[in-house]
Amino acid sequence: MSSLQSLDIKRRSATTLPSTQARETLEVAKLIDVSKCIGCKACQVACSEWNDIRGDIGTNVGVYDNPADLGPKTWTVMRYSEVEEKKGEEMAFEWLIRKDGCMHCAEPGCLKACPSPGAILQYSNGIVDFIEENCIGCGYCVAGCPFNVPRISKQDSKAYKCTLCSDRVAVGLEPACVKTCPTGAITFGSKEDMIDHAAERVVDLKERGYANAGLYNPAGVGGTHVMYVLKHADKPEIYHGLPKDPQISATVGLWKGVMKPLAMLAMGLTALTGFFHYVKVGPNDAEAHPDEPEDGNGPHVIRSSGPGQMEGKGNVNPGEQA
Amino acid sequence: MKPLIQRYSDSDRINHWIVAIAFVLAGLSGLAMFHPAFFSLTGLFGGGAWTRTLHPYIGIVMFTAFVSMAKRFWKHNVMVPVDYEWLKLLPDVLTNREDRLPKIGKYNAGQKLLFWMLVVALPTLFVTGLIFWRAWFAEYFPIPVIRLAALLHAVAAATLITGILVHIYAAIWIKWTVGAMIRGSVTHKWAKAHHPLWYREVTGQPATPPGQE
Repeated sequence: MSSLQSLDIKRRSATTLPSTQARETLEVAKLIDVSKCIGCKACQVACSEWNDIRGDIGTNVGVYDNPADLGPKTWTVMRYSEVEEKKGEEMAFEWLIRKDGCMHCAEPGCLKACPSPGAILQYSNGIVDFIEENCIGCGYCVAGCPFNVPRISKQDSKAYKCTLCSDRVAVGLEPACVKTCPTGAITFGSKEDMIDHAAERVVDLKERGYANAGLYNPAGVGGTHVMYVLKHADKPEIYHGLPKDPQISATVGLWKGVMKPLAMLAMGLTALTGFFHYVKVGPNDAEAHPDEPEDGNGPHVIRSSGPGQMEGKGNVNPGEQA
Repeated sequence: MKPLIQRYSDSDRINHWIVAIAFVLAGLSGLAMFHPAFFSLTGLFGGGAWTRTLHPYIGIVMFTAFVSMAKRFWKHNVMVPVDYEWLKLLPDVLTNREDRLPKIGKYNAGQKLLFWMLVVALPTLFVTGLIFWRAWFAEYFPIPVIRLAALLHAVAAATLITGILVHIYAAIWIKWTVGAMIRGSVTHKWAKAHHPLWYREVTGQPATPPGQE
């Protein structure tokens, strides 16, 4: 859904020239404090309500995760992990709950991979948005994303993910999940404020014995506009596989970086070389060969004449005939 | 006027042109999804989503027809010692000094190398293309595999297109070659000049009279 003005588009998929630069807006962020989350799933419901999408009814897979995964109609899910971690000196059982969804990377892998102009936008406030009317359904965004977030609908072959409620943010409201969270685990504001707020929370958590508490704002993707406060920031993987050092895969970098100019150059140069070869050397025409009688009974002298015989134009450089 | 020499049967030619037409369509639709500079080519296929939808099916037609074509031409494309000599004399090839080249059979080393490039590129395109074909198979493969498949698909496609540009140019440069693939036949002069050993094989006549070897 494109609800911000074109002035606010910072980056556009499959577009080689820069987007509008004149206006700079405040960079926003959503901060999810995992230590305050009680796993009530109110954010899932709010997301479903505001965006008016209902995930298909699935089956119970034996854990609290419900639905079991993100989907074209499920843009956020709570992920539950049972772990044993050190608290102070002893090991303690912990139930880690993480609200999963699009991280709104500053360097979005989906946008880099997308081949359709304007199907993925990054606004100057940091939100990364899919514009479904421009989506061609190739699924390259799925390959590009370091967080495994985009989902392609089987119904309409379009890609879907969290919009960070770009429509609400555009009119000065917080995202629906933030509005609804009963414990204040999700907060929303300028990215700067959210980083400050996270710092306070980290101090608090460290005082309570979580020596490795910290902010998850991974530099490998230029930072994100959805950030986590984690009690175990040294081991983000234990939060249902949150990547420790996410970045756009080197394979995607080769495919969408090096390969594009290289292939264009190879194809362009080959075509041009062919044309100029023809201009310089000319055709190789066996039929223009003057020295074989039509009846075919005469001497065969194909090898007897000098270079340029194939041209049949008589414009042979005498020096080459020796 | 001597009768023409048959170089390609009707089915050889039909097979070749099915591959060629599918190549052009798959190539244009593929380029449209490869580089933004070519995205407007999606207009030829009815828009971006139609381009994405049609491309893999066109690819399957190309691959299937190519398998049949490769079987037809395989044995004529096996490299023999004289091919390496021919390759060493590439400057003479490129300056139309064909008289200086060793005698070759139905295909020259350039044509053979193109053939083997296709034998590698087409199956690569086919297998990698299936892996990231979102409509049918992509969901069964882990994301790192899909990324690698997409990269290899692009590499194979760029190699293929570059190779085919050379192939098309060679057919324009060496006169009457396009005719050989359209109507199936070549003249005696053409065969003697470009493929003397093949000429001898099909006509029983030497391309060069005794004493001039």
